[in-house]
Amino acid sequence: MALDDQIKQRWQSARILLLGGSAGSFKLLFRLVKLLPMDFNKTVIIVIHRKKNFFSEIEKLFAENSRMLLREISDKEPVQSNAIYIAPANYHSLVEKEGYFSLDVSEAVWYSKPSIDVTFESVAEVYKDRVTAVLFSGANQDGAGGLLKLRQSGALTIAQDPADAEMTEMPQSAIDINAAEYILSAEQIFELIQTTTDTPNTI
Amino acid sequence: MKIPVTKDTITNTQLTELIDIVKKIHGFDFSDYTEASFKRRISRILMLKKLEFYDLKHLLINDHNFFQYFLEEITVNVTEMFRDPAFYKALRSQVVPYLSTYQHVKVWCAGCSSGEEAYSLAILLKEENLLKRSFIYGTDINTEVLNEARKGIYSLRKIKSYAENYLFTGLPGSLTDHFTIAYDAAAIHSELKQNTLFSVHNLISDTGFNEFQMISCRNVFIYFETELQHRILDLFYNSLCPLGYLCLGNKETIRSDAFRKKFKVINQKENIYQKIGS
Repeated sequence: MALDDQIKQRWQSARILLLGGSAGSFKLLFRLVKLLPMDFNKTVIIVIHRKKNFFSEIEKLFAENSRMLLREISDKEPVQSNAIYIAPANYHSLVEKEGYFSLDVSEAVWYSKPSIDVTFESVAEVYKDRVTAVLFSGANQDGAGGLLKLRQSGALTIAQDPADAEMTEMPQSAIDINAAEYILSAEQIFELIQTTTDTPNTI
Repeated sequence: MKIPVTKDTITNTQLTELIDIVKKIHGFDFSDYTEASFKRRISRILMLKKLEFYDLKHLLINDHNFFQYFLEEITVNVTEMFRDPAFYKALRSQVVPYLSTYQHVKVWCAGCSSGEEAYSLAILLKEENLLKRSFIYGTDINTEVLNEARKGIYSLRKIKSYAENYLFTGLPGSLTDHFTIAYDAAAIHSELKQNTLFSVHNLISDTGFNEFQMISCRNVFIYFETELQHRILDLFYNSLCPLGYLCLGNKETIRSDAFRKKFKVINQKENIYQKIGS
């Protein structure tokens, strides 16, 4: 599938780039964070499955390699443009319609906290069609339901091509319920995200 | 292939209506709860009990027992012993040395749910030889979870995951040293229960009830709007002794100048504060 004009246009009008992944997605997300420009003019929200207690260096590693402001989400933090937010371990991350994040310690979803579904559904409700969401490699079904909700709300939804993913189940689950409008390889996803316009994005 | 249609979550009008019913009939005010997670809790109840919104309204108006269930589900009661081990490490190194200078240490664990955090503090104080002159008050709005807290009995499955947290705190021995285990349950040692009291208290509507050397209220503020947080921070401020400590969840950083005038940061990462002024 080549990238058509329609997908490029919808990508450019998005305000939020939402990224979800689990096993096999870390390297891809790391590469992606590295290539995002300082004047990206969008908000990036990343939900990766992670364990509690193992003090992870993800934020540090990502922040050192990012040109954009990058931080772990904390409660009631405003959702800013030109920033990358990473969902913390052992909380679900949600967004409020007033434009800030809120956290939740309730039950794990698909054995996961943070759960991709929880964040995706919440972003769908607030930002509707102003979102581009990508579900990468992973070994469980979390994220599929959330991606569907996003698609129903008019967001541009993309699943990594299972043939291209280290772990197929996560993107495949999304494809199975027809949550992904586009099925793209990691390279195509990178290409899309690097597509820029001459006219600056108004946010 | 068509995009499948799934059931919508409840609308904002429905949400307002629901909050109104609960306030008028049961006297609990949820209007300053953060909306996104509150909506998720409502949707969860609808799903678990296979209810339509209309049924939920009906039950809330006519069935008092149902309200107890509703309250339990709405207020998130997921908790752990020694959640965020680094917090307990910080308590030991930065707070306990000061607490130990008091003849009597009173601790308020606000929003204690089934008691895991209150008992974690009891274990910590015991290991620091402070428990005998300490008293821990655990409060929650939910009577059912308080009953569990009073029992201090947890499933072995839970204890196993708490035991992992315990290892990271650097406290001596293992968590199970503080429990008596029989079959698939673990009961906390009675000496750890002696100096605890669990009681109903509503942070939104009730006033202070004592003066404390330390207040711990972790992962409760995430469910409250900023304005409500500040009202409760006033309550905490007024309930602390001079130079008393306030512990919030480690993602619950308060961003306000008014707060900074009243509390000094002791540990930024773990959100431990000390009362200053007045």
